[in-house]
Amino acid sequence: MSIFDMTRRNLMALTAAALVSSATAQAAKAEETIKVGVLHSLSGTMAISETTLKDVMLMLVEEQNKKGGLLGKKLEAVVVDPASNWPLFAEKARELISQHKVSAVFGAWTSVSRKSVLPVFKELNSILFYPVQYEGEESERNVFYTGAAPNQQAIPAVDYLAKEEKVERWVLAGTDYVYPRTTNKILEAYLKSKGVKAEDIMISYMPFGHSDWQTIVADIKKFGSSGKKTAVVSTINGDANVPFYKELANQGVKATDIPVVAFSVGEEELAGIDTKPLVGHLAAWNYFQSVDTPDNKAFIEKWKTFTKNAKRVSNDPMEAHVIGFNMWVKAVEKAGTTDPDKVIDSIVGIKVPNLTGGVSEMLPNHHITKPVLIGEIKEDGQFDTVWQTDDLVAGDAWSKHLEGSKDLVADWQTLKCGNYNTVTKKCGS
Amino acid sequence: MRVAILAALTPSPFKVHFMNILRTILRAFVLLLGMASAALTGPYEEALPKFANDSYADTDTAIGAVASSGNPLSIDVVEALRDGRLLIGAGQVFIRRVSGELTNAATGQVWGNPAGELKAVRVNNRVRRSIEAALGSLTLLSADAAKRLEAAHAVFRSRDEAVLPTLEKAIAQEGQTHVRNALENARAAILLSKQDALPMQRLAAIETLRARGDQEALALLSNLPSNAPPDVVAAAGKAAAGIRSRLTFWEAVQNVWYGISLGSVLLLAAIGLAITFGTMGVINMAHGEMVMLGAYTTFMVQELIRSQAPGLFGASLLIALPLAFLVAGSVGVLIERTVIRFLYGRPLETLLATWGISLILQQGVRTIFGPTNREVGTPAWMSGALDIGTMSLTYNRIAIVVFAFAVFAILLLVLRYTPLGLYVRAVTQNRRMAGSMGIRTSRIDALAFGLGSGVAGIAGVALSQIDNVSPNLGQGYIIDSFMVVVFGGVGNLWGTLVGAITLGIANKLLEPYAGAVLGKIALLIAIIVFIQRRPRGLFALKGRAVEA
Repeated sequence: MSIFDMTRRNLMALTAAALVSSATAQAAKAEETIKVGVLHSLSGTMAISETTLKDVMLMLVEEQNKKGGLLGKKLEAVVVDPASNWPLFAEKARELISQHKVSAVFGAWTSVSRKSVLPVFKELNSILFYPVQYEGEESERNVFYTGAAPNQQAIPAVDYLAKEEKVERWVLAGTDYVYPRTTNKILEAYLKSKGVKAEDIMISYMPFGHSDWQTIVADIKKFGSSGKKTAVVSTINGDANVPFYKELANQGVKATDIPVVAFSVGEEELAGIDTKPLVGHLAAWNYFQSVDTPDNKAFIEKWKTFTKNAKRVSNDPMEAHVIGFNMWVKAVEKAGTTDPDKVIDSIVGIKVPNLTGGVSEMLPNHHITKPVLIGEIKEDGQFDTVWQTDDLVAGDAWSKHLEGSKDLVADWQTLKCGNYNTVTKKCGS
Repeated sequence: MRVAILAALTPSPFKVHFMNILRTILRAFVLLLGMASAALTGPYEEALPKFANDSYADTDTAIGAVASSGNPLSIDVVEALRDGRLLIGAGQVFIRRVSGELTNAATGQVWGNPAGELKAVRVNNRVRRSIEAALGSLTLLSADAAKRLEAAHAVFRSRDEAVLPTLEKAIAQEGQTHVRNALENARAAILLSKQDALPMQRLAAIETLRARGDQEALALLSNLPSNAPPDVVAAAGKAAAGIRSRLTFWEAVQNVWYGISLGSVLLLAAIGLAITFGTMGVINMAHGEMVMLGAYTTFMVQELIRSQAPGLFGASLLIALPLAFLVAGSVGVLIERTVIRFLYGRPLETLLATWGISLILQQGVRTIFGPTNREVGTPAWMSGALDIGTMSLTYNRIAIVVFAFAVFAILLLVLRYTPLGLYVRAVTQNRRMAGSMGIRTSRIDALAFGLGSGVAGIAGVALSQIDNVSPNLGQGYIIDSFMVVVFGGVGNLWGTLVGAITLGIANKLLEPYAGAVLGKIALLIAIIVFIQRRPRGLFALKGRAVEA
């Protein structure tokens, strides 16, 4: 028995006491607040896009608390950093649900991160709100897709180009991963069903982080000089668009000759480039910062005050989080509890106003109704809405244009199934 | 004029009668004027209000009507529309002059401050195309040769048959050869697709387009109207075949140029690594972050110039060069002194430590500057493209190629002819002997590492022109840099040069056939096979230095 041993024993006792006290403190706190998990990368490659969404969630939670919280309790945001690391997304999701006991999680950006957390949400039966436009072909009981499905973004954009710009030749350019591959497969099938010939469609993929666009832009120029009007449908991953646009501008490809419509370029991405050469190129989203509605104005005002930055821009996935959060709040109020099973049942059919002047509804397939807006890039890096759908478009979990998926429907209310086959009348395709 | 009449009207008793007559005349004159202006309410005045409808289709038709109205104000209106200076308010259309003056578009008269808010007429791509075509037809006879040239290109694209008479006139009076060429091209494009053109005219048009010989000419020649006689079709087919073989040749040249251009980017990214990894043997995973620091230095310099001295913007990159070298170089020295010097001879630990440093630097920059891209502008002298044959060399790529070779040459000279270069070579060849000769090896290590890092910083200035300036900038280059250095041969600057250019050209020659993804994979496999055969790369060091 030396002094050394004594101190060590004391130390252990102390640590144990500290642990117990912190655990009880946490337990006491958990009774007082409802926790909301925020699962967005704050470091690594995806931080460029996801950090903003974390800020939006913090603002929404703060605002809800100003209104008196939820079910008489204060909301508390639990922020974790999955660091753009896909397996870490699953670990952090598990940490949020089992350790922090959050009632719902708002998060993920890339499809691969969503796929990585899916099993965790199923196993632990929690709720994920996913705010980004994605490739569709999925419907899970525990996930609510508040971003656009392909029929809420890609298909209307192609329709617009064919109708307004009289486009006959199509370049489908994308980064080589699941979202562009699936979207382009759907688009190719759709274009062919509209009578576009195979030789009028060029599909090309580039690796992640591709920065040398000379050959591809030259190819597009060549493909576009056949005499038929040509457009580029870009599913190029957000960040890689900047060098792509720079190369387009340098090689003199103007929007009036070959317009590029992008599905991953929003106000945030444009904030980092000189947009003058890009004027007239297009983007298809469900929200633009420039949309002139009282709701949107109020939101932007709040956002700028919250971030203390008058230049901060807003974008589509942010609106998706606003809609998702408001839907969840309403569903919890309706169910009178944050119990995931009850909320999953009560949220279908919930309607909340979106920021573009309409009312979005949560559908039984866990997608929502949204308007589709086509915008042209302006000199100031904002978008000018040049076209929009008359009505809100209901999101399709399963594309009507793909073999093998067109017979599937998702309905978590009556069928209780994410992939019900209408031909074989069986759940599970 | 008005003053003269007023003077004549000055009251005076014996002039009263005369005044009455004058009054009658004046009244008649005013009436006449009114009638004349009513008669003048032509297509121009009728078209103007359509701009106020806020509908792209209406704006589109209004442009056509304004352009063909012959009103002298129509050029002003269309130009104002293009530049967002055509304003609407209270149902009227105004032009905001470049000087800031507001004029009424209908009369051309200066307008004071109008009550109510003015909104610019919105344009989209369709409207922009109409503007371009309209300006083309309106400015064909402009006094400014550059405008005439632009107009010729616009007409070539729009192929508006109505312009043909004006075009003939413009060709007849054109004095400059290159403008006349462009005008003749435009005429050929119109005649070839015109339904009722004579076979003679078409054959002449085919000849003109054959001489033009580019992708657009080929498109025109392969899309003949269906009523073309057989001899025209045959001539067009022959001309098209000629253009095709010419294009194939230029395409090959273009691919080689793209390869050199990609190679120069690889060279820039790798050349700093050739010193830190190549000659010092430090596996520096934070090399890419030095490039990133250089790019952010450029951003900072441009921000300062924008707010303090906008006139210097054209020189912003030149100013950024020494600063980027200093910033990245001193960070390099700091890293070497605090971390790497304890790890010499322990490559695995160096790798892990420098990788950690790279993460720290990335997150540090992310915390300071935010995770989003930062805008680095391109000076005017680096935008645009140079047309040679049918390929266009963009000025920024030309600048980067020249710059990369210049940096390479300077580095080579520094290593060969300066005392620092001598010491660096001595230390890397035989550390102990160099030490015995009185060289402070640890100081040389720090300086050499600083030199390599500084060169990476310079590379960042150039890469800020073609890539995103974001915290992730460096990551994209680190693998490629190691690939170049290993492929070229460790410890040899010439190897890095040849390695970078070879990889660049091989990549670009593969890309059109295999696609960007497969091309890259194929190249990686080729390098793996090559390294298996020649583990020391293209230019292997020989002799005792190898073992040191």
